[in-house]
Amino acid sequence: MSGQGMSGQDQLWEVFVRSRRGLSHTHAGSLHAPDAEMALRNARDLYTRRQEGVSIWVVPSSAVTASSPDEKDPFFEPSADKPYRHPTFYEVPEGVKNL
Amino acid sequence: MTAIQDTPGAAGAVGLQAAFDAALANDERIEPRDWMPDKYRATLIRQIAQHAHSEIIGMQPEANWITRAPSLRRKAILMAKVQDEAGHGLYLYSAAETLGVSRDELLDKLHTGRQKYSSIFNYPTLTWADVGAIGWLVDGAAITNQVPLCRCSYGPYARAMVRVCKEESFHQRQGFESLLALSRGTEAQHAMAQDAVDRWWWPSLMMFGPPDADSTHSAQSMAWNIKRHSNDELRRRFVDICVPQAEALGLTLPDPDLRWNEERGHYDFGAIDWDEFNEVLRGNGPCNEQRLANRRRAHDEGAWVREAAFAYASKHMEAKG
Ligand SMILES: [Fe+2]
Ligand SMILES: [Fe+2]
Repeated sequence: MSGQGMSGQDQLWEVFVRSRRGLSHTHAGSLHAPDAEMALRNARDLYTRRQEGVSIWVVPSSAVTASSPDEKDPFFEPSADKPYRHPTFYEVPEGVKNL
Repeated sequence: MTAIQDTPGAAGAVGLQAAFDAALANDERIEPRDWMPDKYRATLIRQIAQHAHSEIIGMQPEANWITRAPSLRRKAILMAKVQDEAGHGLYLYSAAETLGVSRDELLDKLHTGRQKYSSIFNYPTLTWADVGAIGWLVDGAAITNQVPLCRCSYGPYARAMVRVCKEESFHQRQGFESLLALSRGTEAQHAMAQDAVDRWWWPSLMMFGPPDADSTHSAQSMAWNIKRHSNDELRRRFVDICVPQAEALGLTLPDPDLRWNEERGHYDFGAIDWDEFNEVLRGNGPCNEQRLANRRRAHDEGAWVREAAFAYASKHMEAKG
């Protein structure tokens, strides 16, 4: 594993870029930097060389908590048996509009 | 993100292999935290690392001409291209790191010759026209190789390739445009463009790797959906693309056997000198030593910058408490 500690070591950062105003930040990739300020500068040079962004977030990779792929079925199960959460679940008589 | 390896017990291993196989059969992507066979992981580390090393070593032959670019326009373009190649290297090192190797380890393997980079970068850039020929032919061959990698089964590698391919198209075009300007220029400029194409054509064809019959990793990589087309198939595709482009440039390709084959619907081309390829691979190309020495020197000379940045970061972290 390449996870580095918080103390003066080269850290791994996750980069999120907002491509234009009105859109949310999306994950662009990761990079190495010793601190947040450098991470932002590196992210600008690495991920927005062609005006790909108007705003950047950098987050230490070690701060991300992820769901485990092992338990993906039980973890996401609660939503699997609830098709009634989707509009397509409902039958609408022909000719009824704006519903 | 860093890889967190899940180590299955003996009972779980069969199920994990089945899940992996099923994902490949459905042409789904494998992500860093999924279980994967050790050999799949090792193959990807080797390939992505070699690819990353090629991007950063590839900066050298072109950077050689930045200070001598013939106009401010060409100089700005060349700097942007070389900077892109550094970026490509960084995307790829990040992708490799998701497989559980550290960047330091990869750089160390490059510096000690335990991991390779593309042999094409062991040829010298003798004239300004070489910069154009590299953009047109070397980046062109790289694009032909990389477009199918956007659908590679390993998610982080595929995503890195999508970014890389978007950026590569300008690399090829600027090379073509630069060669065209020379080809349409004075007699001496035309001759310089032709000479560059004559020297870069065959090494570019070698970039697709050995013929299918001799390619050691190909079959397994195809089965794993890492590779989508064979070396020879990609090479053929590249030749078919280049021939009409060379005509548009008003330049010839240095192959007397090159001709359209009506029956096959492809160009036939002459035999590649694989002895030369193997020699360069073995470290006996014109610039192998120079490229590696430059890389090591750049890394060593940058050590104080990295140290200073870490020292600064630590000091501020302490101050914050
Ligand atoms: Fe590149
Ligand atoms: Fe390129």
